[in-house]
Amino acid sequence: MREFGIGQSLPRTEDLRLVRGTGRYTDDIAPAGSARMYVLRSQHAFARIGGIAIDAALEVPGVLAILTGADATADGLGGFTSMVRRTGPDGQPNFEPPFAVIARDVTRYVGEPVAVIVAETLNAAKDAAELIEVDYEAQPCVADLALADAPGAPLVWEQCPGNLCVLTEVGDKSATDDAFARAAHVAQVDFRISRVAVSTMEPRTAVAEWSEADQRFTLHASIQNPHMSREQLAGVLGLPSHRIRAVALDVGGGFGLKGVPHPELALVMWAARRVGRPVRWTSERSEGFLADCHARDQIVHAELALDEEARFLGLRVRVKANFGAYLSLAGVHCALGNIGGLSGVYVLPAIHGEIRGLFTHTVPIGPYRGAGRPEASMMIERVIDVAARDLGMDPAELRRRNLIPADRMPYDTGFVFTYDSGDFPASQAKVQEISDWNGFERRRAGAWARGRLRGIGMAHVIEIAAGQLDEMGAIEVDTSGAIAVTTGMQNHGQGHETMYRQLIAEFMHVPPDKVSVRDCDTDQIPYGFGTGGSRSAVVAGFLLETLASKVIAKGKQVAAIMLEVEPDQIDYREGAVFAARDSNRSATLAEVARFAHQPMHLPPGFEGGLSHRQMTRLAGPTFPNGCHVCEVEIDPETGHLDFVGYWVSEDVGKAINPMIVKGQVHGGVVQGLGQALGEYIHYDEEGQLATGSFMDYQMPRALDMPAIGIVSSDTPSRNNPLGIKGCGEGGTVGALPAAMNAIADALGPLGITNFDMPATPQRLWRAIRDAGGMPHAMAAE
Amino acid sequence: MYPFDYHRCASAEEAKALLAELGDGRLLAGGQSLLPMMKLRFVMTGNVIDLRDCEELRGIDIGSGAVTIGAMTRHVDVASSKELATALPVLAELAGGIGDPLVRAQGTMGGSIANNDPAADYPAACLGLGATILTTAGEIAADDFFLGVFETALAEGELVTGVRYPVPAAAAYMKFRHPASRFALAGVFVARAMDGLRIAVTGAGSQGVFRWHEAEAALTADFAPEALDGAELDTSDLNSDIHADADYRGHLVRVMAARAVRKILAANR
Ligand SMILES: Cc1cc2nc3c(=O)[nH]c(=O)nc-3n(C[C@H](O)[C@H](O)[C@H](O)COP(=O)(O)OP(=O)(O)OC[C@H]3O[C@@H](n4cnc5c(N)ncnc54)[C@H](O)[C@@H]3O)c2cc1C
Repeated sequence: MREFGIGQSLPRTEDLRLVRGTGRYTDDIAPAGSARMYVLRSQHAFARIGGIAIDAALEVPGVLAILTGADATADGLGGFTSMVRRTGPDGQPNFEPPFAVIARDVTRYVGEPVAVIVAETLNAAKDAAELIEVDYEAQPCVADLALADAPGAPLVWEQCPGNLCVLTEVGDKSATDDAFARAAHVAQVDFRISRVAVSTMEPRTAVAEWSEADQRFTLHASIQNPHMSREQLAGVLGLPSHRIRAVALDVGGGFGLKGVPHPELALVMWAARRVGRPVRWTSERSEGFLADCHARDQIVHAELALDEEARFLGLRVRVKANFGAYLSLAGVHCALGNIGGLSGVYVLPAIHGEIRGLFTHTVPIGPYRGAGRPEASMMIERVIDVAARDLGMDPAELRRRNLIPADRMPYDTGFVFTYDSGDFPASQAKVQEISDWNGFERRRAGAWARGRLRGIGMAHVIEIAAGQLDEMGAIEVDTSGAIAVTTGMQNHGQGHETMYRQLIAEFMHVPPDKVSVRDCDTDQIPYGFGTGGSRSAVVAGFLLETLASKVIAKGKQVAAIMLEVEPDQIDYREGAVFAARDSNRSATLAEVARFAHQPMHLPPGFEGGLSHRQMTRLAGPTFPNGCHVCEVEIDPETGHLDFVGYWVSEDVGKAINPMIVKGQVHGGVVQGLGQALGEYIHYDEEGQLATGSFMDYQMPRALDMPAIGIVSSDTPSRNNPLGIKGCGEGGTVGALPAAMNAIADALGPLGITNFDMPATPQRLWRAIRDAGGMPHAMAAE
Repeated sequence: MYPFDYHRCASAEEAKALLAELGDGRLLAGGQSLLPMMKLRFVMTGNVIDLRDCEELRGIDIGSGAVTIGAMTRHVDVASSKELATALPVLAELAGGIGDPLVRAQGTMGGSIANNDPAADYPAACLGLGATILTTAGEIAADDFFLGVFETALAEGELVTGVRYPVPAAAAYMKFRHPASRFALAGVFVARAMDGLRIAVTGAGSQGVFRWHEAEAALTADFAPEALDGAELDTSDLNSDIHADADYRGHLVRVMAARAVRKILAANR
């Protein structure tokens, strides 16, 4: 292994800055003369706005401007558009209400911006907000997905009867119907995937400046994808996108939330231009609960057809997905974009799904770690466990029997995905070993003897990573031989800076301290897709390898001039040295770089400098996979649940930094377990948020989480030369079904066949009590 | 936060005088309850009077048959006190289970009982042990002090200076945490004292901390967990919310009470 190169658990180079409080977050930026923005939000889920009285508020000292929907209309402000379009119930492209940045005459969710107050201080803005009188005419609303298409449910949009926005089918209906007709057994399950808040550690935040001289905005914001955000914001503000420079500095967590443009980004820019001053906004936590896009929220019916040998014949799902009141950039995508995961890691000849996307009077749905992958994975992995229980089979054996064999890679699932690589039987065997799967019944009996229920659950994960194949990057070598890396991806905690340094060490033999990583800034690089969908390591590996090879090739040409040999006589060697073959002449990268920046020494017409920028495109997406095992214990007396064990075998193709991969798996698992355990967003019948702070929203704590045992089961991807697959989301994708399977297994002996998340103590206690409690006989066994 | 003037004083008497003079002053102890409310603009006050310099209000005094603790004594000081670990371990344990290390390093006993959050831990200890609340105006028995949700018998301008806890023969506190806030969803304090058995319940009652007299009678007759089965508990007086309805809270009160009894029995064995 090369020093600092691929495969080493290099400590994260950005951590010193981040943990010592010397990171550079957007909220740290306070341009001279900047004003603060406060957003007055709708208190009603559905209301007509009769009028907004702002006169008294304008009198508050320090108030610079108060803007409402009327001003937005006057200024022609638009909304954010959806990235994905499908069909509506009439077979035509679905109705697409853009994600409005401020309410006009109607508010459609609690927390929707109604007025924007710009003031010298935040306190003055809040004082003014208290004096604004909004004349609301409240209407009956529907906030619960289960009720959205009930007869007579209030309509979020008159254009969508039954609140049905998208109605679409995936897969092959007739083949699936045939499979079910032939089945020896059909297993079925109904469940709900709860709605959750993303809860990034750093709230959303933005600072906008309008330069009258340049006729251009500079936006610093906590976002995952400056380039895409810029395009969207340009659309909302009615500007060409080059009139916006978007920059993301340090970002404290994104998880997809910050890949979706939110109203406040546009509002802060609009306000800055209106008042002619830089304007800052930072969400407060309770504001985030109301106004950050929520995630998941689906109701699922799944059926699995099996033959006499318990081989899968077909899978059928019916899904209702909540979109919220508007379509966010990725709202439709979350319901449909990753549905390919339904095929799992199994030979599954026929799949059919019907997906209904519905509007409700709630904040729009956006992506959250997995963005549809955990949902798809829940569907296949839950119904497999139900089938195993029906058939009295070990769920591990049922899975094993249906796995795609390793020798059939690459494997066309016949549904959506073609898997590049993977050895699922090996992966399952490994996790069964480290979790002592076969010894579980002894542990269960031990728990019963202590009066506790115990369950084990398995789930395979497979997910598409790096579905967005294109990315741009640049390597620039300065005259000292130091290297600057620029890409269109964005680091929001994952460790990109460390990864880039390791890749440069690998490909260019330059130590980490001579490599700097540029902020993701639309002025630094003309294109970028941002970070999301577990893509950065996969894309960056190929991108930086390509860039490095081009820079080295150029360096060889320069070295050839310096060393007076032909370029093909030059080798690039360990220690970043260009050496003339069969001679003792050589030049270091620094010497070559210095020479390259002295055009007077170069032949006429030779292009000086030692930098390269280009776009690359991967051959195809990658499919990281893994097998998760979760073990739980439940106190039947109180309903308290403990995660007592968790094991993962993961296939990330090749780990650039195994420690970072582990960290990603840990974080992902915790976010999945958190949702299984108790994170959930609850709106009451009036559409008011009942879980609007950490006093009510059950964020998991470290002590709630088990130790996580991880074993690597890597098989290199065939879709990129380094074999790297993604690792950002798999943890969550596996944890949700593994946990719910474990909980169902613990409750199964009481005759409880299904249990919906979240597994809060009250819900568990009630389910156990309603099932007659834990029989004394069981404890005696 | 609304703007306010900040004051500091070095004694309870000084604070009392300042309160009288200012009219709308608010005392600041550890700030763990007051400051969040101020940040959310739920509390508006023109003046904040910080008690941090009141050294006289800090300290743990182990007397014969009773322990007296100053109002400004922080949760962490109670939790880590070696003397208390011997004299009144149940209280040290209770304080060590409040919130998280950040909260314990700032929050104070006086602040907690003056605040009387319906899910706070100290009120259960005060009521369970039959403590006496010491104030600038005199002494108030715990039974008369906790009047309702965030309501106490403190008069306008009166400060808590400390609490005197009689040392019981045996005591235990068991709480089931609220899954989100981690305050008590149901916390039950059981104490066997000279003057009888006391059971105080926090987190569950719609009027805040209360004594469960039926269970006191049952356990006085027979100090065994099974005795609680016959003790009535009126669930119509219990809180109901999305985390726990009255049924579940009532059940948890029983379970926590039984566990506290078992803990006492196990310690005595
Ligand atoms: C995250 C978090 C978790 C928590 N978890 C728990 C928990 O599990 N259990 C629990 O019991 N508590 C918990 N608390 C509350 C915590 O214990 C507080 O410290 C306590 O309730 C108030 O004490 P304080 O010293 O911070 O008082 P402050 O917040 O400073 O004051 C509270 C109130 O009491 C008044 N006051 C303060 N001192 C006096 C005095 N000497 N005389 C008269 N009035 C006075 C103040 O004016 C104010 O109205 C938690 C708090 C937080 C932030």
